[in-house]
Amino acid sequence: MISVSKLVKEFGAFRAVNGISFDVPKGQILGFLGPNGAGKSTTMKMLTGFIEPSAGTASVGGKDVVKDSLAVRRQIGYLPESAPSYGEMTVSEFLCFIAEIRGKRSAAVRQAAEAMRETCDLSAVWNQPIETLSKGYRQRVGFAQALIHDPPVLILDEPTDGLDPNQKHEVRNLIKNMGSNKTIILSTHILEEVEAICQRVVIIAHGGIVADATPSELRQQSKFHNAVTMKIAPNQIEKAKALLSNIGGVAAVELLGIDNDTLRVFPKQGEAIALRISELSRKENLSIHQLQVEQGRLDEVFRKVTKSDNLNQKSH
Amino acid sequence: MENFFPLFKREFLGYFRSPVAYVFIVIFLWASVGCTFFLGNLYDSNQASLDPFFNYLPWLFLIFVPAVGMRLWAEERRSGTIELLFTLPVTMVEAVVAKFLAGWAFLGVALALTFPLWLTVNYLGKPDNGVIFAGYLGCFFMAGAYLSVSCFTSALSKNQVIGFILGVVICFVLVLLGWGVFTDVLASFLPAGLIDIISQVGFVSHFQAISRGLLDSRDLIYFVSAIVVGLSLNTLVLNARKAS
Repeated sequence: MISVSKLVKEFGAFRAVNGISFDVPKGQILGFLGPNGAGKSTTMKMLTGFIEPSAGTASVGGKDVVKDSLAVRRQIGYLPESAPSYGEMTVSEFLCFIAEIRGKRSAAVRQAAEAMRETCDLSAVWNQPIETLSKGYRQRVGFAQALIHDPPVLILDEPTDGLDPNQKHEVRNLIKNMGSNKTIILSTHILEEVEAICQRVVIIAHGGIVADATPSELRQQSKFHNAVTMKIAPNQIEKAKALLSNIGGVAAVELLGIDNDTLRVFPKQGEAIALRISELSRKENLSIHQLQVEQGRLDEVFRKVTKSDNLNQKSH
Repeated sequence: MENFFPLFKREFLGYFRSPVAYVFIVIFLWASVGCTFFLGNLYDSNQASLDPFFNYLPWLFLIFVPAVGMRLWAEERRSGTIELLFTLPVTMVEAVVAKFLAGWAFLGVALALTFPLWLTVNYLGKPDNGVIFAGYLGCFFMAGAYLSVSCFTSALSKNQVIGFILGVVICFVLVLLGWGVFTDVLASFLPAGLIDIISQVGFVSHFQAISRGLLDSRDLIYFVSAIVVGLSLNTLVLNARKAS
């Protein structure tokens, strides 16, 4: 549905996007991750036809974003960063305007706007000027604007930015429920969001893709993947630490916790060591109060991939 | 151009969504009537014509038209809505023309509201209403030319005030070029042929011809060309700076 090939964007001497390529099949929700200034928004602006790429190509639904820009824009619902809208218009005026631009005429205009009133829960502020609304409502208006023509492709630049935890939850549910028949790209730097709704994650840093995987694949790259955290009787702690260090597949054992009663055992290359640990503790009569196997941590992987790239860039 | 009308409508009604439009119209009417009676001495001239009114309009427009145009693009760029606008299925030309025409229509409304002046001279005497109509038409076209310059300067900066000042300066130069007093000064050291060309570039000579009732197609073509040049520059600037 979306195909990006060697896309480059230069602003003067600065290369904001440096030859990225990826494809998004129909129905997928892709999370676009990266530090601030990595090129996420720039890439989205090129996909939506706001700016033209310096080199490379991109297409949406088979239409080229440069040569067939209008056809591309018709298929896309776009929520730009911080949801800009015309502040002096009321919510209903604004949505009717967007519906008209999206090709609706006469009765269909109101109808489309009213449908968004339900979907995005805008009844309370329907006739208020947008500039008087809270951040959360403005974001919802931006969301409504992007959805009003029921587009096959949604591009959302930080859709939950500035929302409170309840609103974030609502927006995520909204996105998840649409996912089955829409292709969605959303950018964020909230990692839990990616885990909650995205089937796939692309991490970009310094204009290039540094990771492209599912959230669980990414978690496996974490040094915490399959690590075992265990709470042990304090008098056994030293003994346990020595024993655990000698199990095959264990890379390191770390002492944690305020009371120094918790050990974390890191495996070598994500090996599954939980079973060996439990066998050992039974044999040695270790009294374990708690035992937990970690899935791996996205924030740690995020830091790892975006920082190592940083080092590469500097060494060039 | 299927999206021209929604854009035009939004922009035109946009003027009336804020009190600025009403303030603008009231001040414009006060100023234009004030000029007509106190500077133009409509009563003392003892003539049933709107010449005193039309003579001061090029100067009033100098302030008022850039004030109408300054918001058009600067505000879109400042608030970031330009990104929304140009990711909707809207062409650049559509948007530029729709915004310009909305502003022009607003100026048309302001100009039309000076009708009590027309009623007054008709009450006092028997003016040539054909000439008055031509005068209004000339004013309207001249306002369009000023506005296209203002659209262009509005696109140059995110700051409305900068757009306004640049608009006033450029329009001022264009008024000066055709203004008798200024060209007389130039005539003292430049050849007559060059003076002719210079005054043809300015607004006033074309406006005066029309306001005297001479509806020459060349003058209308001049104003339409000025509008096209202004809007073309506007489009060029937007293409270069919309994302910055």
